Amino acid sequence: MNADWGGLVMPNMSPKKVEMPEQDPNVRNKNFREVALGYTEEMAVEEAKRCLNCKARPCVAGCPVNVKIPEFITLIAEGRFEEAYLKIKETNNLPAICGRVCPQETQCERVCVRGKKGEPVAIGRLERFAADWYMARHGSETLDAQKKNKKVAVIGSGPAGLTCAADLAKMGYSVTIFEAFHTPGGVLMYGIPEFRLPKDLVQREIDTVRKLGVEIKTNMVVGKSITIDELKEEGYEAIFIGSGAGLPNFMGIPGENLNGVYSANEFLTRINLMKAYLYPEVDTPVKVGRNVAVVGGGNVAMDAARSAKRLGAENVYIVYRRSEAEMPARLEEIHHAREEGIIFKTLANPVRILGTDDGWVKGMECIEMELGEPDASGRRRPVPKKGSEHVIDVQTVIIAIGQSPNPLIKATTAGLETHKWGGIIADEETGATSIPGVYAGGDAVTGAATVILAMGAGKKAAIAIDEYLRENT
Amino acid sequence: MFKILEKRVLNPDVKLMVVEAPVVAKKAEPGQFIILRVNEGGERIPLTIADYDRNTGTVTIIFQEVGKTTRLLGTLNEGDFILDFVGPLGLPSHFENVKKAAVIGGGLGTAIAYPQAKKLSSMGVEVDAITGFRNRDLVILEEEMKKVSNRLFITTDDGSNGNKGFVTDVLKKLIEEGNKYNLVIAIGPLVMMKAVSGLTRPYGIKTIVSMNPVMIDGTGMCGGCRVTVGGETKFACVDGPDFDGHLVDFDEAIRRQAMYKAEERQSLERHECRLGGIGNA
Repeated sequence: MNADWGGLVMPNMSPKKVEMPEQDPNVRNKNFREVALGYTEEMAVEEAKRCLNCKARPCVAGCPVNVKIPEFITLIAEGRFEEAYLKIKETNNLPAICGRVCPQETQCERVCVRGKKGEPVAIGRLERFAADWYMARHGSETLDAQKKNKKVAVIGSGPAGLTCAADLAKMGYSVTIFEAFHTPGGVLMYGIPEFRLPKDLVQREIDTVRKLGVEIKTNMVVGKSITIDELKEEGYEAIFIGSGAGLPNFMGIPGENLNGVYSANEFLTRINLMKAYLYPEVDTPVKVGRNVAVVGGGNVAMDAARSAKRLGAENVYIVYRRSEAEMPARLEEIHHAREEGIIFKTLANPVRILGTDDGWVKGMECIEMELGEPDASGRRRPVPKKGSEHVIDVQTVIIAIGQSPNPLIKATTAGLETHKWGGIIADEETGATSIPGVYAGGDAVTGAATVILAMGAGKKAAIAIDEYLRENT
Repeated sequence: MFKILEKRVLNPDVKLMVVEAPVVAKKAEPGQFIILRVNEGGERIPLTIADYDRNTGTVTIIFQEVGKTTRLLGTLNEGDFILDFVGPLGLPSHFENVKKAAVIGGGLGTAIAYPQAKKLSSMGVEVDAITGFRNRDLVILEEEMKKVSNRLFITTDDGSNGNKGFVTDVLKKLIEEGNKYNLVIAIGPLVMMKAVSGLTRPYGIKTIVSMNPVMIDGTGMCGGCRVTVGGETKFACVDGPDFDGHLVDFDEAIRRQAMYKAEERQSLERHECRLGGIGNA
């Protein structure tokens, strides 16, 4: 079937990606099972054949961890799925996760040559396919590295920490991860919902990292249970801080402390980490009123809104002060949210939250906005329209306007320099902080960003830590 | 997994457990708390550290069986394990230039007031301890409190110990008798802490209360433990749990504490029902 064509497999010239099956919107908005169902082998091969295997390979440079994209896709096209997976694993420790939650449209797929005329190659879907195919057959692979007998501590077991730890373990270092929660995974566990990123899959990726010899200590709050200085005293020769953006921002408007107002962090942690959607089978509840307002326009806002819908809310509003064009959420997430019946209330800004006499949310007053001149971020600045105040009838309000880095480590580590807004100051290329031997990356440095950027930072820091330890110890 | 080394029943509702937790014990200070999860599927609950021993690596918790999780915890015995136990969390209590203090514990709050009294007394502070309970059968830590205070006053709501009244009645009397306190610590139910803070305000006596709101992570991540203090929103887990009682918005705190009342009742009923089922079988 595959005619040999100048040494290449004959490409599939369809301008469209092979569609990935999904649960029906009206079924899935009532359950927490995964929305996207993944490619079959046939679909994957067909899609893989859309890759031209071009010389320029812009996709590889577009990937923060430089996955060898054309190589793994060629392997899929040839039906060599296991090899495709191992090819991805050469640079990416968490392919099943990246294939699902990476914003490919702004990275690898954005620069794909096929995207100039029609849709780019579905790199994310193919990555997911390869990872799922391998995991279904082999679980996780093991790798034996030459041991170096040097200890490195990694703080946080989210995407930055897991990546840094895995890469260092592969180089032979003895790596211990310190995790504050009872379960490792960070935002992959507490933040991103089951229907976008199944937790048993995250668990399997974590098991893979453990199999590399990485030890994960849970229930360890660095900055409280132990400090960075104490880790050094315990013989850790280098430390990577990947503690994430665990401090929710609130709006500072009246009524934010009423019962029924959640930070997106709390709402999602209750649902994802504590599995409140199974309440009362589990002990942690979550409150969702008949009508729910989610304030914000990012991926976290979409996750919160779609979760609220699944928990039985009749009307779920996304309240966002700019227009849809400025929303920071991925297009796919906005699309999925709309399909599931989320109501978009854009160009609206909350002014105050109204409460009943006994302190429960009964409504939210908003003011309409219009877009003015571009601001520092280049986006048109929203300006309130006088006299346009109105009340929406909601019983639950979820604030999803961003998270800041958690200050616990900064507060207990003398000499660790941070920005005013809380981010740890770290070299972009190496993750080096103001303290020799201490590196940082991910949301703890950048503020809330993406899983893959955190992984990229973890990767760079692992290389820098290796260099540091070779030179200094 | 964290082993329970010792278990004592302090009164029909209140139990004490000494837990093997060397990481927490090494850093614990009075005023701080831990978060525990009894088992898989269990919720995370904060409990204030009642005592700790750095040498043996143990932490003492005292809890009242008010909901499903505390009931379940109460069924564990010496030698059993608690699944998760993390800490020490929150800021330690901070005492400076205190000469004479009144340390007040309401009910279970006595368990939290005790380490504070112990610390103050070890600093050479003159401590009057006042503890209040519904009735004499519920009195806890009487001997312990006596040891770390100059005087101990125990009141009961029903007068069954011969001293009827509220802790505020005793405090008011002591202040009016001319005792010059430069610090009052009040730990107990929100209504009690509110009443004590209201009493000391006109006298201008610095009053510290310990807040124990609903929380999940205890590291500032969820913001569920929001408390309004002096008009500002604070997170009890990282900014507290101790706050200036004259600045805390107790009415809001009381409302917020009721947020999961219905669910708490439901969980407890399911739990009791299952236990009942076993018993009747």
